[in-house]
Amino acid sequence: MTTTKSDALLPAQGIEAPRSGRIDPKYLRNGFSKSGSFEMAAWVFMRVSGAALVVLIFVHLAVNLLVGEGIHQIDFGFVAGKWANPVWQFWDLTMLWLAMLHGGNGMRTIINDYAEKDSTRMWLKSILYLSVIVIIVLGTMVIFTFEPCLLDNSGQLLESSPSFCQNV
Amino acid sequence: MSTPTKEAAEPASKIDMKESGGGGEIPSFDVTLQVRRYDPEFSDDARWDEWTITMYGTDRVLDALHKVKWEIDGSLTFRRSCAHGVCGSDAMRINGRNRLACKVLLKDLDTSKPIMVEPIKGLPVEKDLIVDMEPFFQSYREIMPFMVNNSPAPTGERIQSPEERERFDDTTKCILCAACTSSCPVFWTDGQYFGPAAIVNAHRFIFDSRDDAGDMRLEVLNDKEGVWRCRTIFNCTDACPRGIEVTKAIQEVKRAVLTRSM
Repeated sequence: MTTTKSDALLPAQGIEAPRSGRIDPKYLRNGFSKSGSFEMAAWVFMRVSGAALVVLIFVHLAVNLLVGEGIHQIDFGFVAGKWANPVWQFWDLTMLWLAMLHGGNGMRTIINDYAEKDSTRMWLKSILYLSVIVIIVLGTMVIFTFEPCLLDNSGQLLESSPSFCQNV
Repeated sequence: MSTPTKEAAEPASKIDMKESGGGGEIPSFDVTLQVRRYDPEFSDDARWDEWTITMYGTDRVLDALHKVKWEIDGSLTFRRSCAHGVCGSDAMRINGRNRLACKVLLKDLDTSKPIMVEPIKGLPVEKDLIVDMEPFFQSYREIMPFMVNNSPAPTGERIQSPEERERFDDTTKCILCAACTSSCPVFWTDGQYFGPAAIVNAHRFIFDSRDDAGDMRLEVLNDKEGVWRCRTIFNCTDACPRGIEVTKAIQEVKRAVLTRSM
């Protein structure tokens, strides 16, 4: 009787796959990253915010440019009048946040796709995130702290104030 | 009974046939072939080589490469195996598009200009038209391209309805030629992206009613470098020599990942 070495029966366990271990590191995924669900959330957000922005932007354009006196009505007073109404405050706030996040995420994707060096990618994304944050914070502050009837040092209305300030 | 020793003479042909006979002359024409050459033993830089050869209307790009290799320059290096569009060895970039050299007829290309042949993009070139396919197969292996079924094996076959089979029919056609993955601009800049071919082969098992590991494959493809990297630009669908609707398959996997997470 002959004895068989069990190792010999299972060559696959002892022999490496052909050409294994020769892959350029740039092709190697380092384990499974958790950010997959973030990418999925970003993907869904792009579609949902895109659909919402179509409605928000076209109503915004229609109300500003078509209804009433059209483009001739737009001045400081018109904007002040709109923001006196909480509905338009909320409308513009939603539009600002969605547009900035939608556009910011789109730019993030483009940078991820086209930046070839890690350092370039990092710098471009830092600039992008910073500008998105600055614009969102600034825009939000303007919408909520907007004061159309500004007074000068002597307590008089500024000349450029809209006409309705006289009645306040 | 005796067999006739003399065959009856063939009746005269009722149609006029030209003297040359056969199916007529196959039209021949001159084509200029430009091939991207790279040989690290001699130079670190790739270069273009150009040959003008006489080919026939029935010839494919692969035949032109053969003619060069067999009759002009034996150092020209490329992969090919079956030469009939089944093995998937000879995917290359022909006039800027990923095609199988054995499936492109020369007469279908613009022969008034040189025909440009390059190795597929995004994978490391080893020599001339040969690239290292290992990163491509590494992604393929990671999506577990085999059936996993945890239930005890039945005595007969695992029954599947024609409709259930139809669900993933398109993605069974893949021959792993890498034409799709190497046509993807995302893969060109990000080699870690799984690539269309791996997703297509995951699709083939995810939507197979007999398979139990769909969730594991969806988990693998929900990676940062997985399906969400796809920008739906349809280069892969255009490149696929088997006519697989690659982008559609990727979108279906995206939807499956999404519904699973909800």
